[in-house]
Amino acid sequence: MIKAVMMMNTQGKPRLAKFYDYLPVEKQQELIRGVFSVLCSRPENVSNFLEIDSLFGPDSRLVYKHYATLYFVLVFDGSENELAMLDLIQVLVETLDKCFSNVCELDIVFNYSKMHAVLDEIVFGGQVLETSSVEVMKAVEEISKLEAASNSISLVPKSVSGWRGR
Amino acid sequence: MNPFSSGTRLRDMIRSIRACKTAAEERGVVRKECADIRASINENDPHDRHRNLAKLMFIHMLGYPTHFGQMECLKLIASPGFPEKRIGYLGLMLLLDERQEVLMLVTNSLKQDLNHTNQYVVGLALCALGNICSAEMARDLAPEVERLIQFRDPNIRKKAALCSTRIVRKVPDLAENFVNAASSLLKEKHHGVLITGVQLCYELCTINDEALEFFRKKCTEGLIKTLRDITNSSYQPEYDVAGITDPFLHIRLLKLLRVLGHGDADASDLMTDILAQVATKTESNKNAGNAVLYECVETIMAIEDTSSLRVLAINILGRFLSNRDNNIRYVALNMLMKAIAFDDQAVQRHRVTILECVKDPDASIRKRALELVSLLVNENNVKQLTKELIDYLEISDEDFKEDLSAKICSIVEKFSPEKLWYIDQMLKVLSEAGKFVKDDVWHALIVVISNASDLHGYTVRALYKAVLTYSEQETLVRVAIWCIGEYGDLLVNNVGMLGIEDPITVTECDAVDVIEDAITRHNSDMTTKAMALVALLKLSSRFPSTSERIKDIIVKQKGSLLLEMQQRAIEFNSIVDRHKNIRSSLVERMPVLDEATFNVRRAGSLPASVSTMAKPSVSIPNGVAAAPVVDLLDLDSDDILAPPSSSGADFLQDLLGVDLGSSSAQSGATQAPKAGTDLLMDILSIGTPSPAQNSTSSIDLLSTADVNSNPSFALETLSSPAPPHIATTASAGGMFDLLDGLSPSPSKEATNGPAYPPIVAYESSSLKIEFSFSKTPGNPQTTNVQATFINLSPNTFTDFVFQAAVPKFLQLHLDPASSNTLQASGNITQNLRVTNSQHGKKSLVMRMRIGYKVNGKDVLEEGQINNFPRGL
Repeated sequence: MIKAVMMMNTQGKPRLAKFYDYLPVEKQQELIRGVFSVLCSRPENVSNFLEIDSLFGPDSRLVYKHYATLYFVLVFDGSENELAMLDLIQVLVETLDKCFSNVCELDIVFNYSKMHAVLDEIVFGGQVLETSSVEVMKAVEEISKLEAASNSISLVPKSVSGWRGR
Repeated sequence: MNPFSSGTRLRDMIRSIRACKTAAEERGVVRKECADIRASINENDPHDRHRNLAKLMFIHMLGYPTHFGQMECLKLIASPGFPEKRIGYLGLMLLLDERQEVLMLVTNSLKQDLNHTNQYVVGLALCALGNICSAEMARDLAPEVERLIQFRDPNIRKKAALCSTRIVRKVPDLAENFVNAASSLLKEKHHGVLITGVQLCYELCTINDEALEFFRKKCTEGLIKTLRDITNSSYQPEYDVAGITDPFLHIRLLKLLRVLGHGDADASDLMTDILAQVATKTESNKNAGNAVLYECVETIMAIEDTSSLRVLAINILGRFLSNRDNNIRYVALNMLMKAIAFDDQAVQRHRVTILECVKDPDASIRKRALELVSLLVNENNVKQLTKELIDYLEISDEDFKEDLSAKICSIVEKFSPEKLWYIDQMLKVLSEAGKFVKDDVWHALIVVISNASDLHGYTVRALYKAVLTYSEQETLVRVAIWCIGEYGDLLVNNVGMLGIEDPITVTECDAVDVIEDAITRHNSDMTTKAMALVALLKLSSRFPSTSERIKDIIVKQKGSLLLEMQQRAIEFNSIVDRHKNIRSSLVERMPVLDEATFNVRRAGSLPASVSTMAKPSVSIPNGVAAAPVVDLLDLDSDDILAPPSSSGADFLQDLLGVDLGSSSAQSGATQAPKAGTDLLMDILSIGTPSPAQNSTSSIDLLSTADVNSNPSFALETLSSPAPPHIATTASAGGMFDLLDGLSPSPSKEATNGPAYPPIVAYESSSLKIEFSFSKTPGNPQTTNVQATFINLSPNTFTDFVFQAAVPKFLQLHLDPASSNTLQASGNITQNLRVTNSQHGKKSLVMRMRIGYKVNGKDVLEEGQINNFPRGL
């Protein structure tokens, strides 16, 4: 199970944080700081995995990727495949790239509601929900349309033919 | 309306927070925003609710408290519009948790939304439920979720499936309700739904044994077919990751097969072919392919015995080890560590590759590989592996040497086939990484050396050679010094030559050179210097011809800044100078150290490594602790063993017979004399027919010890040319020539500045307290007060406690009292140290309280002391 998804910039400012186990806000901040302090001391050209039992309890692992000014971090337990989690970060980043066309830190800061929409379509309650960025984008666009249409909810049709066509 | 697209105040808030230069500024902005939001919540305007919550979520992410917005979430969820509901559910997931009562209120809204006509609202509700579902909610809403698994839209189906995993995790009893729905999901064609369906089955299998049986019987073949289909399927752009069709689905399927195959030979048999196919056909040049292979290996390891597959699996891991990608090597090492339990032999075959990983540039991989290597070591390969590791130790990074040397040492200690080999390897490690080696390792080495009597000569010569080359490795130097001190005669005379040795010629002078070098080198620490001093004393007896030279070296140490060194130098000087007759028996070789005792003690104190200045953490029965000290000095009088209270001995002390740092570490003034003098007493009592019982001499001893307990006094008396043979009593004279440099000068009072008259601080019908004062030279602010409590009554006071309080400009330090029992018309003393920050302006003043028991009854006396002498 995935325990947490975090994005933070290279100064340690959290840009998105979602914890799938309940934690009080102080603890969340402490963990974000703890993870950052580990990450920022990692040299280049080392593996993307860390064992961080000290922060998240026994059998916790962390996968991170560093893109430009952002760290993407997944924390999970022993039931997940580390290499697959690395690919999942890739899926997340690809989807964001499609969503914001060349995503940068500012997109994430000002659109965190949309960020959550994307994340909720990929990781659901600590489980991997969808790994195709095309499918994720479809779902997110539907949500955006609905939000734009504001009060007229019932008018929005849904299209399910897309996936059946394959 | 929409806070995200309209660019209204949410954006403004984010901008103003981003514009903050300091954390304090940011807090200010957030505080102001929170105040506005609260005000707006109180107005209860539905139009602002949405935007308020959006802001609150941002504030929450920054780590500020946002509990006051929780009820707003519920209101938004209950409102009809989609954007409101969405932000409401988002807030619910982020700001609330399953422990709060608020959740009770939300269950009803969730139920309605799960039955909503708009599927996106249903999706929102499922998502929220999947994140925050509690046990009660799981029971209430399980039927809705179960129904949604059959929903027409795949997006809802997959969310419902994952929501079910959360529900059965929270309430395992509900598992059977979901079994049928889950098995229907396995027939899905939509990959997203299939992944979640497989995930749900996996969850059910791990929770419920019946479900496991059911899936094993009904679904194993179907799953294998699905896996075969996607393995063989042609290119599917949507789920393709680096040329592998949907690696995530691969992984989920393999994981489920793992559960089904574990503990069931039939099911395992069925999946052998497909596993072999995945293991051999998957492309391994990309991360995604390796992720699949990795999962496949894990499944092969977990299912029932198919040894040919296991070899295949371990070979895959072996290939991983030589992969260029750090991540792949890292997971391979992790996996091999698990694989050792199954098939040690197969892993052993990759030993060479694993050893290469120990030399990896990536520190985390090195660390893993090192752990793996230490698991691989056994009696057969220990020599070869140790050689490889030690060879690498020579060229490894400085920061890796500590880990590496520690591992080598533990391997060598654990698997060493013979003592000679052990000593050889340890010497190599100490030579290469001596400064990184922990104390207990070289302590253990000394114990082993001491026990290997036939190797003493060999060891001391090897050490002598090593220390000439690697003199900067502190622990090597220590071991060498100890051995030269003990076995110096063997070094010089080439005693006990082994066949493998080249003969060397070492003169007595050379041996002393090594030790002189260690004691004079500026970066030697106190332990090394102290060991060197002891070694010199020993050599002075072993090599009579160098006696004069050794004396010179010892004399130089009289000027050492370290009190302990100074004192030992003076004592040893006396021994060398005047007690030639007892010297040789005094410095006889150490008796063989008891290996078993050491190991027990080491096991007990392992986490707290023995440090020279810290108080020892393990207290050892007095007999054990004191014995080596006595042995070292070869006293034959057992009756003057140190009193139990002063047996703060650790291994180091045993080794050296030197009371390192204890005089400063001991806090109680009453204990200090004992600790300081036990060794002195031991030395003193040699040859004197127990005059220590004599009252006059014991007082003298104690006054010597007073000097000892107060380092600055000692320094002063030592630096002033004290006249020899101050001691006047004839009975003590015999002893004092040993201590002449140390004896307190009779004019001590005079050199300490103005003396202060003692006062009677307090007097009642039963108790009298007298204070006498002294000053520490060079520190006029501090006054040492010795309080004497005198019992005037015919009763014994027990549980006697003296408490004192002083105004702010004073600082008070209380040492423990000499006793907490005050005999009838007896007295006890207690030392106080008062520091007057306004020295010269204000005089001392003190309030005190005395509590004690008389015949079991509590008595409390209080008073104020105003009659301190002026100028304190």
